[in-house]
Amino acid sequence: MRQQGPPRHSLDNTSWLRRFRLPTQPLLRHLILALCGAGILYLVTSSLSPYNDYEIGEIALYVIALAGLSLLTGMNGQISLGNGAFMAVGAYTMALLMTHTQMNFIVELLAAIGAAAAMGLVIGIPATRLKGPYLAGMTLLFALALPPIADKWSTTFGGDQGLTTTVPNAPGNINPEEWLAWIQIIGALITLVLLANLIQSRFGRSFRAVRDDEIAASVAGIHVGRTKVLAFVISAGCAGLAGGFLGLSTGVVNTGEFPLTLSIQLLAAMVLGGTGSLMGMWWGAVLLVYLSQWSTSLSGYFNLGSGASAYLATIIFGVVLIVVMIAAPTGIQGGLRWTWRRILGLLFRQPAVIHPASGLPDDRVPIYQSDER
Amino acid sequence: MMLEIEELSVSYGAVNALSSVTFSAQPGAITAILGANGAGKTTLLRSISGLVKPRSGSVCFEGEELVGKTVENIARRGVAHVPEGRGIIEELTVEDNLRLATLWCIRRRERQGAIEATFELFPRLSGFRRRHASTLSGGERQMLVIGRALISRPKLLLLDEPSLGLAPLVTAQLMALLREHTDGTDVTVVLVEQNARSALSVSRNAVVLNLGEVVISDTAAAVAADSGLRHHYLGF
Repeated sequence: MRQQGPPRHSLDNTSWLRRFRLPTQPLLRHLILALCGAGILYLVTSSLSPYNDYEIGEIALYVIALAGLSLLTGMNGQISLGNGAFMAVGAYTMALLMTHTQMNFIVELLAAIGAAAAMGLVIGIPATRLKGPYLAGMTLLFALALPPIADKWSTTFGGDQGLTTTVPNAPGNINPEEWLAWIQIIGALITLVLLANLIQSRFGRSFRAVRDDEIAASVAGIHVGRTKVLAFVISAGCAGLAGGFLGLSTGVVNTGEFPLTLSIQLLAAMVLGGTGSLMGMWWGAVLLVYLSQWSTSLSGYFNLGSGASAYLATIIFGVVLIVVMIAAPTGIQGGLRWTWRRILGLLFRQPAVIHPASGLPDDRVPIYQSDER
Repeated sequence: MMLEIEELSVSYGAVNALSSVTFSAQPGAITAILGANGAGKTTLLRSISGLVKPRSGSVCFEGEELVGKTVENIARRGVAHVPEGRGIIEELTVEDNLRLATLWCIRRRERQGAIEATFELFPRLSGFRRRHASTLSGGERQMLVIGRALISRPKLLLLDEPSLGLAPLVTAQLMALLREHTDGTDVTVVLVEQNARSALSVSRNAVVLNLGEVVISDTAAAVAADSGLRHHYLGF
């Protein structure tokens, strides 16, 4: 046990780093973080090429899908392999409205969220009776069953050609890629702020309670079934918005864009980023967007055939997943948080607080990783 | 204003856990449920709170039938069940564990006050209110889960072996606390205990179960005075 004594190297209390604190009120704090993020992304997008802006937009849309999945799996303990299919529901809803009606763009996006959320309700209700791998199996079936439906009614859903989407005209002389990236970034930031608040609200507490111990949650008066369905609906709604944005990025919505591998990659990227974390989803999304590109250039460098290069992306993804899980079991965000806490600990050494129950110094007591601490 | 259990039978497959259990528990008093391992004590509590669906019989609380209602709805009627050796949410903080039980029964403004009052009841817990409950020791967990049951101001409190893993002194304090919260109020407490001696000392009534059947349902004093009964079923 460490001796409790005066700190060895702590800076005095007037140090700016010590005095700087984000407000404790969740909404305010999340808004400030989102505005900071928006500022950084604005600097990035306006200084990069249009193609890079396009990629940043893609990252933002995957952040939305991953954040929904992180809430469902990390906070509520339900595994879904069907979020790629919820993305398809959102994308098709938006594309159908764009093809047949002249609605406002925002309304079309909201309809995409609504349709995917409604599908989440339909899938989520039976899902409350399943757990772990069985739930994953059921959602997998959903992801498998959806594309053939779009193929069957090819006159409505456009068959292989798919449906075209149109991005609203950019105001002023902003180039279209940057404008689209900004639509997606704003969507992602709004989603993250809403989810971050939700996680710290009574709903977030109920989500975690249900994940941890359903019996304990129910005897404490929490409606277990409703809580699980709600998590599913929110997760599906996020996927719907992401799907709509993906349709905008590609300019066309067809079944080829939502293969089963998308659902699997979403789950893997979510685990890589840090299950249950929201900020970690940025890392997951970056990997989703860039890994396939890197693998393509890598296979070009080693002169691999087209067959091998197709698999290389999957192989690299698998290798990265294994390496990250060994190095940082709580994902990239968990690993970074651990490192950052270490650095802070070295900079501002405080007297060890001994936790009375375990007799361990405070920083040795395992703390569940979550965004708010 | 009482708990009335009539002809309650529960079976797990072919095994009869409870057969035609009938007794009632008065408000303002502790009713102890005693018996050896496998007597059906925990099953009895679980079927009152809805965690187990009985095969037949009725559980009537304040004139309302509880059999057939969901666990959450029974909890929201003021029935707080403290399950055996579990029941805290490990990955929430101590304070959030308490807050969880206030969400549906205490107004937003009064929640913090209720939480502080619970911390006064268990001063040991207030030191680690922001700590994850998984870091608590066995006894601290027990305090937390009892605190969480009390915070919702239950009308019926079901305690499954609250003394499990507690030091004798803490058990005595806990029993005194229970009695303090029950005497002169309209709270009904049903207490399942292996430690028959300490349970009988705080209870007004006692029910002795054996192999799923009621052996005797009488005042605690009468049960404690019957040396044959004590020797056969309670082991002291």
